[in-house]
Amino acid sequence: MGLELSGVTVRYGATEAVSEVDLSVADGEVLALLGPSGCGKSTLLRAVAGLERPNAGQVRWDGTDLSGVAVHRRGFGLVFQDGQLFPHRDVAANVAFGLRMHGVDRAARSRRVDELLELVGLDGYQQRRVTELSGGEQQRVALARALAPAPRLLLLDEPLSALDRVLREQLAVDLAGLLRQTGTTALVVTHDHDEAFTLADRVALMQAGRIRQVGPPDEVWRRPADEEVAGFLGCTTFVPGTASDGVVSSVLGAVDLPGTADGSVRLGLRANALRADTEGSVRGEVVQRLHRRDHARLLVRLDVVASPVEAVAPVVGPPGTGDHVHLVLDPDGVAVIHPSFVDSRP
Amino acid sequence: MSARALGLLGLALLPLVFLGLFFAWPVASILGLGLRDGGVLDVLTSADTWRLVGFTVGQAAAATAVAVLAGMPLAYVLARCALPGMGLLRVLIVVPFVLPTVVVGLAFRALLPDGGVLSIVLANAFFNVAVVARTVGGLWAHTDRRAEEAARALGASRWRAFTSVVLPAIAPAIGSAAAVVFLFCATSFGVVLMLGGARFRTLETEIYLRTVELFDLPGAAALSVLQVAAVLAVLVIGAVARRRRETALALRRSVETARRPVGGEWAVVAAACLVLVGLMVPVIGLVARSLSGGVDGYLALAGQGDSNTLQVPALETVQNSLRAATDATLLAMALGVTSAVVLSQVRRGRRVLGEALDVALMVPLGVSAVTVGFGYLITLGDLPVLVPLAQALVITPLIVRTVLPVLRAIDERLRQAAGTLGANPLRVWREVDLALAGRSLVAAAGFGYVVALGEFGATSFLARPEAPTLPVAIGRLISRPGVLNNQMAYAACVLLMLVTVAAVVVIERLRTTAVGEF
Repeated sequence: MGLELSGVTVRYGATEAVSEVDLSVADGEVLALLGPSGCGKSTLLRAVAGLERPNAGQVRWDGTDLSGVAVHRRGFGLVFQDGQLFPHRDVAANVAFGLRMHGVDRAARSRRVDELLELVGLDGYQQRRVTELSGGEQQRVALARALAPAPRLLLLDEPLSALDRVLREQLAVDLAGLLRQTGTTALVVTHDHDEAFTLADRVALMQAGRIRQVGPPDEVWRRPADEEVAGFLGCTTFVPGTASDGVVSSVLGAVDLPGTADGSVRLGLRANALRADTEGSVRGEVVQRLHRRDHARLLVRLDVVASPVEAVAPVVGPPGTGDHVHLVLDPDGVAVIHPSFVDSRP
Repeated sequence: MSARALGLLGLALLPLVFLGLFFAWPVASILGLGLRDGGVLDVLTSADTWRLVGFTVGQAAAATAVAVLAGMPLAYVLARCALPGMGLLRVLIVVPFVLPTVVVGLAFRALLPDGGVLSIVLANAFFNVAVVARTVGGLWAHTDRRAEEAARALGASRWRAFTSVVLPAIAPAIGSAAAVVFLFCATSFGVVLMLGGARFRTLETEIYLRTVELFDLPGAAALSVLQVAAVLAVLVIGAVARRRRETALALRRSVETARRPVGGEWAVVAAACLVLVGLMVPVIGLVARSLSGGVDGYLALAGQGDSNTLQVPALETVQNSLRAATDATLLAMALGVTSAVVLSQVRRGRRVLGEALDVALMVPLGVSAVTVGFGYLITLGDLPVLVPLAQALVITPLIVRTVLPVLRAIDERLRQAAGTLGANPLRVWREVDLALAGRSLVAAAGFGYVVALGEFGATSFLARPEAPTLPVAIGRLISRPGVLNNQMAYAACVLLMLVTVAAVVVIERLRTTAVGEF
């Protein structure tokens, strides 16, 4: 059964941080709560942990209402963005803290600490001071600490946001593997799509205190509920299109999008939806060219669309600023928005 | 109301009940006693009264200005300079603050025999330089140096960067320190009594004189009412300044901000050295004076002075002092720590509640010790433990001010992490708060102990003649004629000072953070 939220509302004075949220996390599932900063996702997480009292609605675990259950009795682990390790204790004592609170004896504690430190790749760090660890190491210790008492649910509040990019990507992969390996039920709050899609079985999109869409990562990515959601997921240009037999045609050409229901749709274009290609049917003029990590990002003025659109080109070679360029639609960068989309709320 | 809020309220009851019983009731009684007989209006409309108020405020303002001016270079050095001997500096500047008022009074009398207003102002300032240096320095050390560097990079001179960037940032601390110092100076008793005699009187000493020597209770009560009103006003101003200080800061670790001074900064260091020398002169003068007649004064401490000025040998009073201070410290720790816990836990939405408790705890500092002492006599006179109770009242605010910043500095999420790992609220307190603030608790206790040891105002009223504390004995020795009495008084002062310094050294070793206020 796992975690169920129904009609959860949290208000701070006159502002409503979380509005009537319904959500469920099944046993063993990892759900990512994705949204821009200030959308209320951390507040929702805190309400689940018991650190915030909802003004309305229910938080249930396996059907039992948790409103009267104090934080320390919920059995939910919590990992903060910046670790929040106990500065006066060494690594082993930090990891053992929860076990100590649950009355686990010394020998069993020590075994469990070793086991977890090995799991997070910090074997041999037992006696290290936590203040001497790097950010990534601190976050691994925080994870081990939260996992040690085998929580029913693991809550992760922007667990990787404080780390630099390379470390973040590495740790996201490690964390995803670890959550699968231990079969942990988890709720991850993040503002980073990559992180959400790497970690989660399902993604819940939150904006302005409300859940806008819930679904598997690829579905949310490819079929956002509306333009606002699509905008948050990286779509910068929207054009109307008509779907027929899995092919959507628009002013920018036709593109294969199997599974799209027939009828009129809107296409949300990410930067990589348009690719420089001499065979391309759309013609435009490059207004700006920027180097990104593994491609060149173009800003192209088209005749058929009012504002300039983004497109990608190989890092080496033309076109440069001022050049004319041919573009082709790439289905990988296109999201489909059905006008009458009925969102799949749980 | 949640269980947590109820628990906090329960905790808050302990200090509140104590304050009600051992502060509000005695003070209200003495005020009531005075006001009942009428004649208050006469006192309040008399020109003498307002001359008194004028002198009280004037000398306090002057002393506050001197203390702030002298404290700023020290604050700068404490906060920004990485120089050898900083530990010693910290110890030295805090010594004057915890010196018993009698000792300071005596020291300035030895230094400026003709005394007068100047010696009163200097002595009061001498006391409080440490408050300014530590309060302002504590904040200064934790403000980001880069804002200043940005101003310099934008073309501001060193002085301009100070006045336009640094000063606004530390202004709340200066304001809050000035308010506290003003309070201390306006209600200072021992110093003014010793240096001003009958010539220069403040509200505080006038209340004492009217109560003890003229038996003019209505007059004393009227003056007390006036004093309490003024004190409350200053406290509220201080609380407002503090609130701004705690909300508007991006604090950094102090190590990042301290470095070796360069160029013009050495001038400030020199100024700080000058202030330090100024602070040490009375202390050294006192030691020299105590040794001027050889060690006779010290040897005489075993006895009772010329023609038995004391009812017991002076050394026995040391025991009395230690015992009373121990009891007072234990009591004050119980009160102060519970108060600090409540204050640190009061959420932002209920700040007003916290401020109210905060101010309530500070009021005893500002109300005439004489009023409190006399109030004790008429309400609780039969209790055998009046001295420790009165001393606890005086030192509790200091303990709160030492512990509270440390508790507030603990990230709330650390407590939440402990909670989600299965620790109940009490366990969270033990495992997180107590573990992290433990050293500062010990430091606070030591600090309170030293101040209790030197407390003079209320104690002089309440200590029975056959069981005086050391400061009371010094006060008595100095007020009676006799060369030996004089020498004994100075020797006893040095003794008291040594105990004080030893305690301060221990406290400094235990300090973990410089954010505390005193």
